[in-house]
Amino acid sequence: MKVSLFIPCLTDQFFPDSGMRMLRVLERLGHEVSYDPRQTCCGQPAFNTGYHHEAETLARKFLDIFDRDGAEYIVAPSGSCVTMVAQFYGRMLELPAPYAEAADRVRGRVREFTSFLVDVLGVTDVGAHFAERVTVHDSCHALRELRIKRQPRALLERVEGLELVEMDAAEVCCGFGGTFAVKYADVSAAMAEEKVDSIIRSGATVVTGVDSSCLMQIDGMLRRRGSSVRTLHIAEILGSIS
Amino acid sequence: MTHRPTPIEPENIGRLIAERIHDPRLRGNLARATTTSLVKRAAVVADYDDWESMRAVAHDIKRHVLDHADDYLARFERQATAAGATVHFAGDAEDASRLICEIAARHGRRVAVKSKSMTGEEIDLTHALERAGLETIETDLGEYIIQLAEEPPSHITAPALHKSRGEIGQLFSEKLGIEYSDDPERLTEVARAVLREDFLRADVGVSGVNFAIAESGTLCIVENEGNARLSTTLPRVHIAVMGFEKLLPDFETLSLFLNLLGRSATGQRLTCYTSLITGPRRADEHDGPDELHIVILDNGRARLLADAALREALLCIRCGACLNVCPVYQKIGGHGYGSIYPGPIGSVITPIFRGETRAAGLPFASSLCGACADICPVHIDLHHLLLTWRARISGKRKGKWTERLIMWTFVRVAARTALFDLAGRLLRVFGPLLRSRDGGLRVPIWSDTRTFPAPPPRSFKQCWRADQERPS
Repeated sequence: MKVSLFIPCLTDQFFPDSGMRMLRVLERLGHEVSYDPRQTCCGQPAFNTGYHHEAETLARKFLDIFDRDGAEYIVAPSGSCVTMVAQFYGRMLELPAPYAEAADRVRGRVREFTSFLVDVLGVTDVGAHFAERVTVHDSCHALRELRIKRQPRALLERVEGLELVEMDAAEVCCGFGGTFAVKYADVSAAMAEEKVDSIIRSGATVVTGVDSSCLMQIDGMLRRRGSSVRTLHIAEILGSIS
Repeated sequence: MTHRPTPIEPENIGRLIAERIHDPRLRGNLARATTTSLVKRAAVVADYDDWESMRAVAHDIKRHVLDHADDYLARFERQATAAGATVHFAGDAEDASRLICEIAARHGRRVAVKSKSMTGEEIDLTHALERAGLETIETDLGEYIIQLAEEPPSHITAPALHKSRGEIGQLFSEKLGIEYSDDPERLTEVARAVLREDFLRADVGVSGVNFAIAESGTLCIVENEGNARLSTTLPRVHIAVMGFEKLLPDFETLSLFLNLLGRSATGQRLTCYTSLITGPRRADEHDGPDELHIVILDNGRARLLADAALREALLCIRCGACLNVCPVYQKIGGHGYGSIYPGPIGSVITPIFRGETRAAGLPFASSLCGACADICPVHIDLHHLLLTWRARISGKRKGKWTERLIMWTFVRVAARTALFDLAGRLLRVFGPLLRSRDGGLRVPIWSDTRTFPAPPPRSFKQCWRADQERPS
């Protein structure tokens, strides 16, 4: 199957490993994976803060690139950025005529990575090996906009050597929330603290999830606390082979 | 030196949060109260395996009523009038307060007992009645507590949720001159004894309304303490205040909403008292007031109704579940928002009631996690309504100029791939200069509380290019 990579700006600049590991997993499953290096950002930071005009500029760029990529699916290592494209483009973010139609076409093809593996490909065993005790943080956009919850767990359960443990507050927001993390930084940090408390209580050595943004927030608080718990994007775990 | 507290107003949201976010006692009170509510709710929501479809039906019923608001309002007015009530319409908070004070103060009436009403809070009714010369007593225990403390409510259904029982014990001992106790039963007994006298001497009872039934002109009021029933039956005059969005078509739909409201609000299958009031006391009845006045308030609701993008906010049945589940509310409490209606629903409707300039900070005080929309018994997509407000506020250039500049720059850069890649390379070269002691980058505001990751040596694009050039 022809698969086109949608690498969000944060992944590109700060978390390249999660993108590369996603690429490797897809290649290992035998797919023809393409990446258009013209892509930058889907516009979510602007949209989320209410700057629709600015967001539209980036949405148009995105659609210009992906509407004609010739791939069956567009796959991203992020539930949040997929939500932006699949749920908000052409709906809450109004787009002019040709782009509104392009948004409708792209909407049907864009998938978050774990959902693509499980729901589209029907794959749960990707042949990974990762011998750690892992807990999953449910990212809000993935959980509530895309209803992604069992997919990452189904994949992790099949990873050799991995012990999956649930934290008590898996579905509670980590406090990132885009510009919220800076606009209401104290509240955001207080939310991260509670998230980190829950992670530590779970006894996990690694916390994972489908969004690097949430993991960046969680990791920021774990490091500040001096915790030994590591954060890894799920693609990094699924891309680990012994 | 007396410390003057920050006024609980929406434009003070930043300061109000700063004063609360590091208060461990408040955090503990909020965590305990909201967790208890959520656990109790979950236990009774589990009664139904079709809870989701109940929400959907309730959503559609309220949409239908709003789509035909004029018809239902006319029908309600007709039926309530036929039952002997007097229906008044008030344009804004001031109108409503004036109207109610006039009715209350007629014939030298002096004492008013008030049962809990968020609409009453919205129009600041208690203070208006006091200014009009009426001694006004809050009879809901939570409202009574915050009246003693001279504070506004901090929650839609549990006004004193931010206080522990120890704090309430202190307050009672100070204000009522009783011996300190933090035993809820003892405190309730004390309040009950004081309030019983007030009920007996009151001339006027003021209440809110949970649902107004159009087919019969009936008011439905739910509560747990019996104070609303006493307030609406003992005094000679009952004044009920409501927004027009409280309308329901008939009794059949009411049953669905009662099932949703009690469970969502307090985790009860049904509240202890459900009063159905159709007109004042009739000739053949023993109990009830001589006069029933129903004040129907607009106060921006008609504007909300006409606003296709936001009108869903009028579906709200004021259960407070979105507050309980909101991780922001759990950290700052109702007073942190500076608005009478706090939490997600408050941040959606306060810009209407208080103006979007004064309330401009509220729609941004959310991580948009969407837990509110998932728990809402009438399925209002609250986090999407917050996004709508953000677009209106930022679209009108009401954001800070620094924020606008950052957004503008980011988008200019991200719109051109070459510039974006260059910015990334600059970040990699000069990033190390911004290294902080914790090994991350020094990023304004963020780094005060969390480590910010240092950029990796190569971007994804660089890794991918290297990979492409690798001989296969």
